[in-house]
Amino acid sequence: MNTLFFIAGTMAAVSAGIAIFQRNAIHALLYLIVSFIGLGLVFFLLGAPFAAVLEVIIYAGAIMVLFVFVVMMLNVKGMWYEEKGIFRIGAFIGPALLALVLVIEVFYVLWSTPAGTYPLTMVGPKKVSISLFGPYALAVELASMALLAGLVGAYHLAHRIGSAAGKEEDGHE
Amino acid sequence: MTVNLSSFIMPLAILLILLIVSAWLIWLERRLLALWQDRYGPNRVGPFGLAQVIADMIKMLTKEDWVPPFADRAVFVISPAITMVTILSAFAIVSFAPGISVASLNIDLLFFISMIALNAYSPVLAGWSSGNRYSLLGALRATAQMVSYEVFMGLSLMGVVALTGSFNILDIVEAQRPLWFCIPQFFGLVVFVIAGIALTHRIPFDLPEAENELVAGYHTEYSGLKFGMFFVGEYLNVILISSLITTFFFGGWLGPVLPPLAWFIIKTFVFICGFILLRASLPRPRYDRLMALGWKIMLPLAILNLVVTGSIILASGY
Repeated sequence: MNTLFFIAGTMAAVSAGIAIFQRNAIHALLYLIVSFIGLGLVFFLLGAPFAAVLEVIIYAGAIMVLFVFVVMMLNVKGMWYEEKGIFRIGAFIGPALLALVLVIEVFYVLWSTPAGTYPLTMVGPKKVSISLFGPYALAVELASMALLAGLVGAYHLAHRIGSAAGKEEDGHE
Repeated sequence: MTVNLSSFIMPLAILLILLIVSAWLIWLERRLLALWQDRYGPNRVGPFGLAQVIADMIKMLTKEDWVPPFADRAVFVISPAITMVTILSAFAIVSFAPGISVASLNIDLLFFISMIALNAYSPVLAGWSSGNRYSLLGALRATAQMVSYEVFMGLSLMGVVALTGSFNILDIVEAQRPLWFCIPQFFGLVVFVIAGIALTHRIPFDLPEAENELVAGYHTEYSGLKFGMFFVGEYLNVILISSLITTFFFGGWLGPVLPPLAWFIIKTFVFICGFILLRASLPRPRYDRLMALGWKIMLPLAILNLVVTGSIILASGY
């Protein structure tokens, strides 16, 4: 189990790294998808099968498909030439400092937990749902309101264009 | 972890049988279409034309396996494999009879949905990497169609999950002992079947490969074995959806007198023939109507089904 965990974790990290430095947008997205699947496997091995499957269904299966869709529509071949400056050393300082905080936290957690006592309890779909609609109900409602706002916004943007075209058609008739 | 020999033989046997069956489904489809259209179909090679599949396979394998110079080579090569890998992995959770299955997880049903979700990449990447405008149009249609219909497929199954109280396939089948879910979950069944046809992109909903407007859609540039993988992948998908209709709504292997495996095969075979009959009888809708059907009829129907099922379960109090 430990070997599988390390293989999946390394795979996720390496492919995430390649995704950043890949010049072809679609190839970068493919590496990101591999990274998400690796992350899903990590969740699974840590005893959270529900989170693992959601990671694959929602991130790898739905959101990344939309990313691929948009890249396909825009057809951004050769776009990276303009973005070469993004890999300057200076650009890395801010993210590196922020990441350092996380690294320190990870090491603190690793050192403060005695070896061999990682709490590996299975967290099934039922447990997740009970906590989502019990103690975290307010957060779920807030998230759903944010999504609703996004939905209404998208509808408004699409609808205005649609009704304008419709009016033009009516005018011709 | 103890790994014994039988844990290798079972998946391997299921894999081989599935591949062989899906290859011969091509023959079955051509013969049945011929029967319904009042002609003979392939009847020359071997008894009843059964060896036609072997002849086709030899032809396909000996053809030139061409990669267009304007294609994105790496993506072009892996995309047919994605469909085979995801669909065959999804079979891991199908339980053909008690004891005859590859894996039994407590998230069976979600695993199937995740594999179906990943399957969407196959037509999308194939169409994009071909570097052909017709292929790209097919890929765009495939993306929108598959991402939308995945949503309805997932929602339509939640009624089954609510009635069973588990995502496990064995629990779902056992819960149907008193009554098959096709009666209490009739609307779930309707949505699942329509979404299943849309996800296999077969004829009423085969807009990503509509041959009279897009040449062959996303697999226009494919030849040889790579085309064969798309072709066999489609039939594997048909078997998968049919076997899951059987499992989720028609009691899986449950049935009197005959052994469980026989019941499973009979039921699945009936639904496969249903898929072929649909192909023989229905024309293709317009693309915007397909999407409108999805979001304006299927989504409300699936959600209503879920709400009504939930309230009945709450009211009956278990």
